[in-house]
Amino acid sequence: MKKISALTLFSLFVLFANAQDSKWTKMMNGTGKVFVVIAVMLTILAGLILYLARLDRKISKLEKNK
Amino acid sequence: MRRSWWKILGVLLLVYTFIAGLLIDVPQNPQLQETIRNLFFHVCMWFGMMILFIISFIHAIKYLRNGNHVHDIASRQYAGVGILFGVLGYLTGAIWMSYTWVDPNKTLYNSFDSIAREPKLIGAAIALLVYAAYLVLRDSIQDIDKRARISAVYNIFAFAMLFPSIWIIPRLLPSLHPGGSEGNPALNFKDASLNMRLVFYPAIAGWTLIGVWIATLKIRLRILNEQKLMR
Repeated sequence: MKKISALTLFSLFVLFANAQDSKWTKMMNGTGKVFVVIAVMLTILAGLILYLARLDRKISKLEKNK
Repeated sequence: MRRSWWKILGVLLLVYTFIAGLLIDVPQNPQLQETIRNLFFHVCMWFGMMILFIISFIHAIKYLRNGNHVHDIASRQYAGVGILFGVLGYLTGAIWMSYTWVDPNKTLYNSFDSIAREPKLIGAAIALLVYAAYLVLRDSIQDIDKRARISAVYNIFAFAMLFPSIWIIPRLLPSLHPGGSEGNPALNFKDASLNMRLVFYPAIAGWTLIGVWIATLKIRLRILNEQKLMR
């Protein structure tokens, strides 16, 4: 759960960092805004990996309980 | 969670693939343009599929040699994830080809007849169907030992079918798909620049490791289920 909230926070950060004029915004808007695509892809990857990790932990728990 | 270095390595390699895959300089090709970056995603699905099928094949042989049911379960689950990767490769290929192979003067629908003749597509479809039949065959046999033995033998046959269907016949026939008579697609030093290979090889390893991770989870779940049934 903690990790999922961290993931949500990350995507919210990407969302709201847009509001300020910073180095971050400049980078995200540069080179045809390709960094936006990278942020989206990394978010999806992180979500899937977290899902796998949680599944792994649940199965480990089952293995221990038997 | 069983913490293993290879799971972390797989995730890191994929993060690297996603970032470097979009940022590196790629060779300019008027037909492919930026879609050449699909090499790190679409092509890796097929490489992952082949590696997972090889692992499945090895487990099938191991089962036949020592009759340990864990190998039977492993063989089944690696084949399952391999099929998933193959289907993903097919779907991503369909998207990619509809922007690069389609005759610009015709609609996608109207140029479908020439695309559907692609020997690579037909070969890959045969390979995937042969493996799909593996799943059907397994589930149609009730007796556990018989199922394991017959499906292990069939798995070896299915693996042997990969040779003509995806490694030999498509290379003998003319094709739009890269990697025909000139050699292995994407592994050929002439058609992938050094820059691309720097991302491509780690990408194959990363995707494959994720596939192996998924398969090990399914194997462990399956073993737990069987133990429950035994009690």
